[in-house]
Order: sequence, then C-alpha cells, then structure tokens
Amino acid sequence: MKRIIIVIVEIFLCFLLQTTIFQWFSLARVVPNLLLILTAAAGFTKGRKEGLLTGFLCGLLIDLCYGYTVGLYAFVYMTIGYLNGFCHRIFVKENMTIPLILVGISDLVYFFLYYVFEYLLRGKLNIGFYFVHKGLPELIYTVIVSVFLYKLLNIINEKTEKKEEEEVF
Amino acid sequence: MRRRTGFSINPKHLFIGGIVVCLILMFISFRYSGVLSPVKGAVGDVIMPMQKGINTVGKTIAAQGDKFVKLNVLLKENEKLKKQLSEVSYENKILLQDKYELDRFRDLYELDQKYADYPKVGARVISIDPNNWYNTFTIDKGSEDGIAVDMNVIAGNGLVGIVAEVHKNYSKVRSIIDDSSNVSGMFIKTSDTCVVNGSMEAYSKGVLDVSLIAKDAKISDGYEVVTSSISTKYLQGILIGYVTDITVEPNNLTKTAHLIPSVDFSRLDEVLIITELKEQLKK
Repeated sequence: MKRIIIVIVEIFLCFLLQTTIFQWFSLARVVPNLLLILTAAAGFTKGRKEGLLTGFLCGLLIDLCYGYTVGLYAFVYMTIGYLNGFCHRIFVKENMTIPLILVGISDLVYFFLYYVFEYLLRGKLNIGFYFVHKGLPELIYTVIVSVFLYKLLNIINEKTEKKEEEEVF
Repeated sequence: MRRRTGFSINPKHLFIGGIVVCLILMFISFRYSGVLSPVKGAVGDVIMPMQKGINTVGKTIAAQGDKFVKLNVLLKENEKLKKQLSEVSYENKILLQDKYELDRFRDLYELDQKYADYPKVGARVISIDPNNWYNTFTIDKGSEDGIAVDMNVIAGNGLVGIVAEVHKNYSKVRSIIDDSSNVSGMFIKTSDTCVVNGSMEAYSKGVLDVSLIAKDAKISDGYEVVTSSISTKYLQGILIGYVTDITVEPNNLTKTAHLIPSVDFSRLDEVLIITELKEQLKK
C-alpha cells in the first residue's frame, strides 16, 4: 500500500514540476518529460505491470488536465511503461548507461506516438521538422534530467524496500 | 510483489485491459464530449492551486536566475550605453556651441540691420592680449580679407574698437576700453559732443570715462552716446554706451561722466568689421 502511495506522490510531484518549475527553465522551448522518465524507470526497475500502471496514471493525469481526448496520453504512457518492463531482465541497478539509453528510446517512442496522434492524423507529414524542433531537444533535455531524477528515484525505491523488509521480519 | 502473491495478474492481460480502458475513454470523450468534463474539472481543482503555488515560487527562482544570466548582458549593455552617452553628449555639446554661435550671429545680424549702411565683414576673435587684460585682441581676418588699419569694429550692440594692426590673415584690434583709446562721441539726443576715454581704472568698475562735455549740455543718466561726426577715424552713429554719473568739473567749464559700454567686452566671440574707412581729408 505504501508503495502505491509513494508512486502516486511521485507522479504528482513530477507532474507539478513538469508543468510549473521546468517551464521556467525550458531550453529551446522544450521541457524535460519527467513523467516519461518516471514511467520508464518504473518499467525497467520494477517490471511490466508497474510500468504500465504508472504510465497509465501519468497519462491519465495529463489527459484530465491538458488533453482534449481522454485516454490518448494514458495509452501512450502505458505503452511506454509496458515496453520498458521487458527490459527489466537486462537491467542492472549500478549501471547508469542502460537506464539512460532506455529513457532516450522511450522519449523517441513517445515522440513518434505523439507525432502520429497529434500531427500525422491531421495530415502533417513533415516528421523531420518536428523531430528537429521538438523531438530532439526534448530527448536531450530529458536524458540529461533523467541522470538526476533516476538516481533520486533509486534512492527512494531502496528506502521503501528496506522498510518493507523490516516490516516483514 | 513478494507480499501480495495472491493478487497477481499477467502483465500482458493488464496491458490489454489498459488499452481497452483507454479506447473506451477515448470513445467516450469523442462521442460524449461533456461527460468527462466534471472529472477533468475535479482534477483541475486539485492540481491548479498546487501549480499556482509552485509557479509563484518557480517564478521568483527563475527571476533570480535570470538576474544572474542577464547581469553580464546588462553590464555589456551598460558599457555600450555609456560609450554612446559620451558620444551623444559630445555631439550635444557641439550642437549647443553651434546654437550659441547661431544666437550670436543672429545678434550680429540684427546689428547688421541696424548699421545697414556700412559694408561689414564678420570675424572671429582668436586671441586676446594676455598682458593687457583684453584691451587688444586678435581677429582671424587680415589684409587678404580686405581689412585695413583704422577700420571700425562693432559687436553686439555697439562699438568695440578699431583695427590697429593688419597682417596678412589676422589683425589686431584695440578696443575702446584700452587705456590709450579716445573716441570722439556724441549724445544722440542733444548732439553734444564728448570724448570717451578708455581707462583701465574706470573699467575695473565696468565703465569708461567721458570727458569734455559742454557745461550747458542738457544731458541726464541713460543717454545714449554714439560716435560723433567729427571723429576722424570712427564712422558716425555707432553706439558706444549709456552715460551715467554726470558731474561738473571743478573748473566749472566742462562736465565729466561715466559711460557704460553697450558691448560686453569680457565675452567677445564674433565681431563685425566695417570695411568702410572714414574719408580722410586730402592733403
């Protein structure tokens, strides 16, 4: 139960940060996608189920606050969380490279899905332009931020696990 | 998930279920656009105040950051502006000088209108005699410009002096306040003649001496004195100044007075030279 509450609090905090403070530190009009980092991290550190649930919650929050079509972001984030869950097997805690690569790929996927749903369906075919102007800066920024955020999430994770173990014994 | 082993579900099924939920939500929000708005509103009510609070904090932090980021820019800009300011103020000074010059030229032009009969040439005072307390000065026109000795020099409202020396491209002017200067004057109202003597002693009080006024001349303070027709070097009718302090000499034959010159000799910049000489008696 505690875990779920902690995850929900994390989601809320990331959402608030992404929509407020990071807007003030946006580079090239791009904000790092904290919720994506959260979803991806949940996927590859905990598993498919946790990843997709976290992603679903994150996406739903965005949908309810900013989306026009409820469920779209939920679907995108859920998919990303689920796919990251497959990498749970190759994931090693101490290694920073794999998480960063995974976050990068996640952002790429996110960009692609976002492009498909928001632009391609409206007949905007110039994907290169959108990638250079939105996708790539966001990818770089997100990966950079994920270095810190991932470490923070790891620390939180370890502490909760320790407490749970103490409770068990 | 060590603890809740009984509550386990295949992630694949969960994913499919999630997709179905998403699709249903999308369908609802497309088909019945108003249905989900209360939910959205409720979530917004919870989220927005938090965002607002964070935003105010974030704004101040970002503003602080901006300060540091912009400090360099501002310093650079400040430097640039300072440079620009000095340039502009320099230009402004030049313009102001031009303006004063223009004013003086306008004054001279008025004077020119006043003494329209005489042909005149403008000249600039380029140096003053430092030993003589400004009683002779140099102008930037000489014989090449048609200046000759004994030409009258006027400025502002009246007589300044007379050309004493002429060189190729400069001339020396002896002003009427020079100690050795004597100008034959005339009261314009009464046509009484007098002699205006330059005197260093008197000019230290700002006046010139006027002597040899006829005892019966009906003059009073403030009368205008102009150059007289009987002068040999000065053309007739140029204003010299205004008379004050009229006293009768102890010999009871003449009156003396002081004269306030109409020209401010301490601030001479441009002068006009009347290029016409008083006609001399031919021998």
